[in-house]
Amino acid sequence: MTRHSNLRPDVHGEDHAIGPADAPVTLVEYGDYQCPHCYRAHPIVAALRKRLGARLRFVFRNFPLTESHPNALHAAEAAESVAAHAGATAFWRMHDAIYQHQQDSDDALDDAHLVSYAADAGADPTAVRRDLESETFAERVHGDFASGVRSGVNGTPTFFVNGLRFDGDWTDPDQFLSALEGAATASGG
Amino acid sequence: MSNHASLLRPGTPAPDFTLHATPDQSVSLSEFRGRSVILAFYPADWSLVCSDQMALYNEILPEFRKHGAELLGISVDGAWCHAAFAKDRHLHFPLLADFEPKGAVSRAYGAYREQDGTSERALFVIDGEGVIRWSYCGPVGVNPGADGILDALDEMKRNPAESAP
Repeated sequence: MTRHSNLRPDVHGEDHAIGPADAPVTLVEYGDYQCPHCYRAHPIVAALRKRLGARLRFVFRNFPLTESHPNALHAAEAAESVAAHAGATAFWRMHDAIYQHQQDSDDALDDAHLVSYAADAGADPTAVRRDLESETFAERVHGDFASGVRSGVNGTPTFFVNGLRFDGDWTDPDQFLSALEGAATASGG
Repeated sequence: MSNHASLLRPGTPAPDFTLHATPDQSVSLSEFRGRSVILAFYPADWSLVCSDQMALYNEILPEFRKHGAELLGISVDGAWCHAAFAKDRHLHFPLLADFEPKGAVSRAYGAYREQDGTSERALFVIDGEGVIRWSYCGPVGVNPGADGILDALDEMKRNPAESAP
C-alpha cells in the first residue's frame, strides 16, 4: 500500500498564483531559491505554463533548506517583500530574476544582489532591505515550509498536481506534461 | 502500511539497542524513556543533497522537538562515515552506526535489506513507554518525507494511552 501525500492546506488566497483560479490543473511547486534542482525546474515550469496556457494555474510556495543553502531564506523573504510592496506582477518578476541569476556567482543571492533584483522588479529597494534586516517575512516563509512538511514535501522541488504529490520525473518534460494533461482531462478541462 | 512483511508493527515494544553515535560515544534507546523517539532507518550516507532524507529531517528538527520527539538516524555506515556526513550536512541530531554486528538493529526492527546489505528506508515513532506507535517502510529510492511522522505524533498527543491504528 502506498501513502498518498496531499497538499495541506489547499491553494488559498494568500498563495502566489498565476493563471486562472478555475483552471482545470493547478500545479503547486515547493521550491528553494538557492537549490540547483529548482534552478533546473524553472525553465521546465515556464515551458509547461506556455504550453498549457489558461488551462494551468501555477502556485509557488517556499521551502528553503537553510542548512544546505545559506541564502535561500533571505531570497524567499525578499520575494515576499516584493509581493507585499509592489504586487503580484512584481513578485513573479522577482521570482524569475532570482532563478535566472542563481548560478551567476557565489554571491548572486546575497542581500545586496537580492535588493537590486527587487528594485529591477519594481519594488522600493530601501523597503526590501529593511524587511530583510528585520526579518519581516520570515514567519510567512516558515508557514509555507511547515505546510510543505505536512503535505509530504520530500526535497526540492516537490510538485503537487491538483493536490496530489507528483512522484514522477519532472526532469522529463514529456512525462511531466502528460501528467498535467491527464489531470486536466480528469477534471474536465 | 508496509511493503515489508517483517517490519515491526504498532503496539510492539521497541527492541532496545546501544549503538555508536560517534567513534567514542554510544546511545541507547532506553535513555529516551519518557520521551517520544523517531527512528529513521535509511540505506546510506552521502545520497543527493537536495532530496536527502536526513538533510530534510534536519530542517524539520524544530518541528519534531516542538512535539517533544527526539530523532535518531540509523544506517549500517560506520561511526567515522557518519561523523563526516553529519559535519558536511550540518546535521543536528545523532546518526547511529548499525555496523557491528552489521545490521543487527535493522534486522531486529524488520528493516534490513538482505539483497543490498543496507537498512530499509523505514520509520518508527516510539512513545515514552518504549512502544512502537507507528511504522512505515517505503521504496528505497523515495524519500518518505515527514508528514507521516508528524501525523503519528499528533495522534499520540490526542490518544496518549492507546496504540495508533
